[in-house]
Amino acid sequence: AVFLPFAVGQCGNQVGCRFWDLALREHAAVNKKGIYDEALSSFFRNVDTRSGDNGPDIYKGKICSLKARALLIDMEEGVVNEILQGPLRDVFDSKQLITDVSGSGNNWAVGHKIYGCQYRENIVEKLRKTAEHCDCLQCFFIIHSMGGGTGSGLGTFVLNLLEEEFPEVYRFVTSVYPSGEDDVITSPYNSVLAMKELNEHADCVLPIENESLFEIVNKIHQMINSGKLGSTVKQNSLVTSSAGSGKMLQEKPFDAMNNIVANLLLNLTSSARFEGSLNMDLNEISMNLVPFPRLHYLVSSLTPLYTLADVNVPSRRLDQMFSDAFSRDHQLIQADPKHSLYLACALLVRGNVQVSDLRRNIERLKPSLHFVSWNQEGWKTGLCSVPPVGHSHSLLALANNTCVKPTFIELKDRFMKLYKKKAHLHHYLQIDGMEQSCFSEAISSLSDLIEEYSELDATKGGPRIDPSRLKIAV
Amino acid sequence: MSIVTVQLGQCGNQIGHEVFNALCSDIRGSHGLCSKKENESYHDSCRERFFCEQESGVPVARAVLVDMEPKVISQALSMAARSGHWKYNSHSHFCQKQGSGNNWANGYSVHGPRHKEAIMDLVQKEAEKCDRLGGFFTIMSMAGGTGSGLGAFVTQCLRDAFPTSFILNHVIWPYGTGEVIVQNYNSVLTLSHLYQSSDALLVHENDVIHKICAQLMNIKQISFRDVNQVIAHQLGSVFQPAHTAGGGSGYSRNPLGDLMETLVPHPEFRMLGLRNIPQMPENSLAYSTFSWPGLLKHLRQMLIANAQMEEGIDWQVRPPHPGSSIPSTNKPLHFNTSIANLVILRGKDVHTVDLGSFQDPSLYTSWLKPQDAFNAWKTPRAFNKYEKSASLVSNSQFLLKSLDSLVGKAWKMFASKAYLHQYTKFGIQEEDFLDCFTTLEQVISSYTNL
Repeated sequence: AVFLPFAVGQCGNQVGCRFWDLALREHAAVNKKGIYDEALSSFFRNVDTRSGDNGPDIYKGKICSLKARALLIDMEEGVVNEILQGPLRDVFDSKQLITDVSGSGNNWAVGHKIYGCQYRENIVEKLRKTAEHCDCLQCFFIIHSMGGGTGSGLGTFVLNLLEEEFPEVYRFVTSVYPSGEDDVITSPYNSVLAMKELNEHADCVLPIENESLFEIVNKIHQMINSGKLGSTVKQNSLVTSSAGSGKMLQEKPFDAMNNIVANLLLNLTSSARFEGSLNMDLNEISMNLVPFPRLHYLVSSLTPLYTLADVNVPSRRLDQMFSDAFSRDHQLIQADPKHSLYLACALLVRGNVQVSDLRRNIERLKPSLHFVSWNQEGWKTGLCSVPPVGHSHSLLALANNTCVKPTFIELKDRFMKLYKKKAHLHHYLQIDGMEQSCFSEAISSLSDLIEEYSELDATKGGPRIDPSRLKIAV
Repeated sequence: MSIVTVQLGQCGNQIGHEVFNALCSDIRGSHGLCSKKENESYHDSCRERFFCEQESGVPVARAVLVDMEPKVISQALSMAARSGHWKYNSHSHFCQKQGSGNNWANGYSVHGPRHKEAIMDLVQKEAEKCDRLGGFFTIMSMAGGTGSGLGAFVTQCLRDAFPTSFILNHVIWPYGTGEVIVQNYNSVLTLSHLYQSSDALLVHENDVIHKICAQLMNIKQISFRDVNQVIAHQLGSVFQPAHTAGGGSGYSRNPLGDLMETLVPHPEFRMLGLRNIPQMPENSLAYSTFSWPGLLKHLRQMLIANAQMEEGIDWQVRPPHPGSSIPSTNKPLHFNTSIANLVILRGKDVHTVDLGSFQDPSLYTSWLKPQDAFNAWKTPRAFNKYEKSASLVSNSQFLLKSLDSLVGKAWKMFASKAYLHQYTKFGIQEEDFLDCFTTLEQVISSYTNL
């Protein structure tokens, strides 16, 4: 199955850049013989560049030149230019880039309405060309932030476009939500306007909060510097480390945080790319974790954050990995799934972990988790034999859990604070196609979503009355 | 007669591969413990049933491999070839790139019709290679999307294309606490559909086999491979050649037919459970000896008390007082009533075995005479290094509790309407679900009232 990531906006492209870097590292570690295989074809084309950049695709045999299947979109040139001058320059060609110069001014309406309109044809054309090279396109990934103008506005415009042009292909969105202290004043407007689009057009959304990423980075820093660890930490095993870069200090400030998100995407797709005893593809994630169409927000956690240098892993440490996956401080948003209600949960394990390890841990953790009454055994599991680089095993947990509610409620509150005073509204309303109703519809959509989660929460711990079964005349 | 195996989905292909491994390893072994003539006859019969000869001399499995994604089939093909002892026909497989997304409706309504021609073409080719086609053996799990949905569709196609052939579906029940969240929906849809087109469903439950691996095989870190190898052993113990009671001196020439005839007297009752004893780690085999009376005593109690393995059997459970006709509601609790049973004995001194205890009328419903309800197959040829091995294939209330539990969970989820939109988008509506629930409640009711 082939995946097509779209990086939109500054944040999206910075994460995207880390993603391609780590993807190459992962495949290089697994693919020793340099043969272009099915796993590589999920993310990369193999191009014969001997006669220039426009050479034909090679579907089998030795790797010639790997090109990422991607579209990089930004209304400013800075980030994309940096990527094209860096070590990844050969992985992209100009046909995959869509850039402009002036940016979106942190205005969703500029990104969505103005640039959307202006670049629609261009995007569709490049999308079709890229899709033509894909044998079997299964899923689009959109990587963006919610708080700005391009990632948020143009990103959600692209989401709409994808649904129109390729309705059969799944749409997974990785969205970085703004924090309370975000320095973009209008980030609540941008985020809520974008949320409406995510509610209506995304198959699955993986919300991320910078605060959580930041806390994880700090946690790792502390562990390394505390001297408490008996053995040394394997540098390349840090969930925050960049390929090739040995020391965390050399990395740019957001690189460590972006690496976490990049690893999320790698782990999410690992079982589709690599073999295992119980495969888990992306369409299975969507099928099992989305019981009702609008409730498609999944809280994610990655463990372990690092691996110690000793190779033999006692099962106690393996069990610790499972426990950590459910703890508050390993979630990628500020949420505590353990104390809220689970609608569904997926565990994707990589490496030398077998079904008995999975079962033992599910049995162990189940009693302390609250599952909705109609899905008491709601676990989806996957076993992929290939671990991430530097680890012997790892776990990605995805939860459809009402613990997302507080994040949405806070977002709504911040929005209302501005909206009540009509602060900065004119920047949006002066854009062609924007009306007051866009705002009221957007906040209404968010309110409805929050209400759906509240209704489910209300059922938590309530009496369990099983519906009566069909009666058969004897 | 030859059997064509159809491996469906990840589970079906992983298990199928282990089954052919087990069959091949069994006939290669020199632990026949019987006469040379017997061994050769066994060997030949097994080869004819499951393998096709090629010029290279390496036996080729009579199998069609089907999956909607490529990785598992690719592995199965290469692992078999690497073994050097057998292989799959390099053309007898069909796969796609996308998978079925654990969606029964996707497997049944989309992949099924789309790929019917290609798949049935492969099946036809395998069937034509058989001098005499004895029927089809399909291997699938109920929990996912391909094995379950596409598997149900393919079974229907087999029935339509081969109306007089026997079809036995080997169905894997997933772990109770979930491998797939929508597994109960997929299972309900699968079972109700298979009931229309299959002759019988032979069931293995992951939870049960897992316990066997943990408690009897002493495996510490149990993998799916371990589970699949136990399943393969148990299947081998049923399908390797054996002499039927009425048959002449040769091995049974119609294994699937014989199985159906003995075990499925009534179309409403098609669910077969399987037990095999003894089970132990390979390195303990040399140090253990068993007696037939001991083995059969255990096996009989496992039948009566519905025990999953030879440890932890409840010896308190007894059949109702023989002779008196007791209405079903008065039967002692936990007693497992049988419609028909088949015992298969392999190994040393089988001719000395007394199976009278299995013919006790109190074990059975009143419709068949005990001599018709019970059958035995034997062979002095030992199986898979076990000096003595006894299997029980039972059409009884073995699976009733599991089935009831599964339908209950599915119904609970259905009442909340969760996940239904995932099925309706591929054409399976609420009414279709209701029909399937009705079918299964009927089956549950029938088995309960035995």
